[in-house]
Amino acid sequence: MAFVTDCAEGRGFRPRRIQEVQLAVEEALVNIFNYAYPENRDGEVRILCEPGDQDRLVVEFRDKGIPYTFEDLGDADVSSPVAEREIGGLGVFLIRKMVDDVRFRRDGDENILTFILEPRDQDAETVTPPPA
Amino acid sequence: MELSNRKEGSTFVVSVKGRMDAVTAPEFEKAMETLMGEGETAFVVDMAELDYISSAGLRSILALAKKLKTDGGSLHLAALQDSVKEVFDISGFSSIIPVFDSVEAACNA
Repeated sequence: MAFVTDCAEGRGFRPRRIQEVQLAVEEALVNIFNYAYPENRDGEVRILCEPGDQDRLVVEFRDKGIPYTFEDLGDADVSSPVAEREIGGLGVFLIRKMVDDVRFRRDGDENILTFILEPRDQDAETVTPPPA
Repeated sequence: MELSNRKEGSTFVVSVKGRMDAVTAPEFEKAMETLMGEGETAFVVDMAELDYISSAGLRSILALAKKLKTDGGSLHLAALQDSVKEVFDISGFSSIIPVFDSVEAACNA
């Protein structure tokens, strides 16, 4: 996680946006652990972090676990009352909110999940509020 | 994540400091369940020093809120930082779990 944070800082992402990146990365890892390596099966997930076009950040997750399709995980129903709310799907929902473009492909024996993240709100946060 | 507790009248205030993620959320849930097992039913979670929350944290809070609702208790959240509030807002959780600006307001509600 610190590695991705360093990478986002290197791209000039603001602290608030870096927290969103951390959230998306945690949700991705939890989903990969659950779906690619169920029942505590051993395996590894490699995370690659690289500059994208313009100011974007690209984070890629590669695992050799059971094939999964990110699109199949589905979005959580975020409008139902607390008592009826189903557990699960929430992580994917949060990823879709925080990540500008999510891509998934299977390459040989690898699952490859790619996040493309815009810096977002850079200008908004650099505006100095007028003196009170 | 660090937890500390204090009693405000009949309300139990649990302060959470640090990060509530896939690793620490189960610890929070367990600590709360222990308190519930001791008969506490009215809870305020002070989030002023909570810097980060992920879906694992939201799930724990939801599970506790459901359990307390069944038992006739309550779970109020107080003093959320902007980044944590954002996660509550976009997930829709702020409309299903009562959120207050201050611990005092959460205790009096």
